[in-house]
Amino acid sequence: MGRIEIDEIRCKGCGICTVACPKQLIKLCDKANIQGYTPAEAVNQELCTGCALCAEICPDVAIKVFR
Amino acid sequence: MSKRLFVKGNEAAAMGAIEAGCRYYFGYPITPQSDIPEYLSRELPKLDGEFIQAESEVAAINMLLGASACGVRAMTSSSSPGISLKQEGISYMAGAELPGVIINISRSGPGLGGIDASQSDYFQSVKGGGHGGYRIAVLAPNSVQEMYDLTMHAFDLADQYRTPVMVLGDSVIGQMKEALVPNPRPVRELPAKEWAVRGKSGGEQRIVKSLFLGDGELEAHNWRLHAKYRQMMEKECLSEEFETADATLLVTAYGSVARIAHTAVAMAREEGLKVGLFRPITLCPFPEEALKAAGQRAGRILDIELNTGQMVEDVRLAVGSGVEVSFYGRPPGAGSLPSPEELLDQIRKHYA
Amino acid sequence: MQQVFTRPESLKDVQTHFCPGCQHGTVHRLVAEALDQFGVQQKTIGVASVGCSVFLYGYFDIDVVEAPHGRAPAVATGVKRARPDSFVFTYQGDGDLAAIGTAEIIHAANRGEDITVIFVNNTTYGMTGGQMAPTTLVGQKTSTSPYGRNKAKDGAPIKMAEVLAQLGGVAYSARVAVNSPKNVLQAKKVIKRAFQFQAEGKGFSFVEVLSSCPTNWGMAPLAANERIGEEMIPYFPLGVFKDDPIAQD
Repeated sequence: MGRIEIDEIRCKGCGICTVACPKQLIKLCDKANIQGYTPAEAVNQELCTGCALCAEICPDVAIKVFR
Repeated sequence: MSKRLFVKGNEAAAMGAIEAGCRYYFGYPITPQSDIPEYLSRELPKLDGEFIQAESEVAAINMLLGASACGVRAMTSSSSPGISLKQEGISYMAGAELPGVIINISRSGPGLGGIDASQSDYFQSVKGGGHGGYRIAVLAPNSVQEMYDLTMHAFDLADQYRTPVMVLGDSVIGQMKEALVPNPRPVRELPAKEWAVRGKSGGEQRIVKSLFLGDGELEAHNWRLHAKYRQMMEKECLSEEFETADATLLVTAYGSVARIAHTAVAMAREEGLKVGLFRPITLCPFPEEALKAAGQRAGRILDIELNTGQMVEDVRLAVGSGVEVSFYGRPPGAGSLPSPEELLDQIRKHYA
Repeated sequence: MQQVFTRPESLKDVQTHFCPGCQHGTVHRLVAEALDQFGVQQKTIGVASVGCSVFLYGYFDIDVVEAPHGRAPAVATGVKRARPDSFVFTYQGDGDLAAIGTAEIIHAANRGEDITVIFVNNTTYGMTGGQMAPTTLVGQKTSTSPYGRNKAKDGAPIKMAEVLAQLGGVAYSARVAVNSPKNVLQAKKVIKRAFQFQAEGKGFSFVEVLSSCPTNWGMAPLAANERIGEEMIPYFPLGVFKDDPIAQD
């Protein structure tokens, strides 16, 4: 049982976390953030295990992980 | 009474550095300054200091940058072509406002040139050297004693103004042996090095850098460095005058050739010629006020250098258009060091 | 629930200037984590190089000295000799370390300076706009190799981790990548191992990190990330090339 928080202001929308998540629970949203990037957002959080692989790969340290 | 030693100029500079508290030396061999690293490679380990023979002059000046950033007294030494290589690091040190002492026992250029006494390095020493935006203090000893005294002074200036300081000699001053009285280091009150990196140690982050990208930052930084230079100009000019009070011809010369000029002036006085000698000891800041006064009093100047004319430009700027300034130069090379008689001839020629 | 992944203390909580997908941010974080783990933040002096890595002082909450292009190992040498109790690392890119700074890295390594060097290899000069680097792969097009790197004229890309492993003063030399979670976790271990050498005063340690430069490669971040695995790792093999705590003896 886990949960992530993505800092949508810091996120630059690179999308690397979307392929890092073993359960594919992260996708890029359609709406641009203040930087002009479309940030990542978590979907179906109830399936998150809190494995933190998304956070490990995030170049912008924009993901907090809870477990 | 202090003891008297009989040592080479290069050794005197190394001894002055140790007396000034310098315990870190980084250098690369080059003639005619290698006595300095040789001396310090022997002495610094005895004092728990660090001596590194670097892979190049470029590396050596950057090791100096790193050590200076930590707030310790550190130095390097080299000779003209090596100083050209060090200009990168000197520029970064000036930009980051780091103290540090660079001894330049200059040789003759351009290119590989030769190893004879030369004053070809004047421009690259006093005009900022690197890619602009700064000046460093430059001291020009003319004796073994001054190699010792001015090296100690260089460390104080460096710490006071947070700037690299160069001691500019040549093979005559570096290689000759003379009596030296190794006086203790004079006491000068210096600002605490609160900028030095040390690992945060629970305090504020400290950053030593020369990159300024913020709006207006670099312009302000350039003006700050300029203000420091003006302040040195006001407070730190050093020069020596010999028989200038009633002189109608003033000889200007620095470093080794000033020694020869001094003899020539004394010989001219014996002939009844009213000649004096003005010797800048700080080449940067250039003692323009003192020279202006002496030059205008004499009305005529003969500038003598071991090059084709470099300091003469500053002499002309200092005294203004009312004073006639002539130049006699012996660019470096085997057999080019002028004799006192040769300079006396020049004095006679220019004496009105 | 407990927070299980947080920003390391040695890394400031600020936005970086790095492009989307640029892995300087990842490497910064791994280094900061290692500093935290060794508890050395308060005695660390970082040496910044020239390139995108120059803003080290803006991102790490540690004392920093900025070095001229390529000279970071010489500056770090001066720092470590003057402050032997401090923890000193340089952070350099491929142009900085493997081209203009070749002499400085080789000799600092060979002297066995007690420092750690983090070398980010993204096969290009990032800050200046994607020119050919000493690590640019053969055939790779850059702004100064528009026809692709020509081995006959430009030489083969330099494998710095292997080169440095040959030197007597080097205690540890390894290459890692940050293109997958697995590789990031491995990179974390390797960086900590490298720092361990310094913490124990056992000599020079070196970690080469393969990372991407999506902007100058002209690739989307995900595609750039894939290139690391498909093109870089086959030429620059991951691994530990030297792990010798007694290299100094």
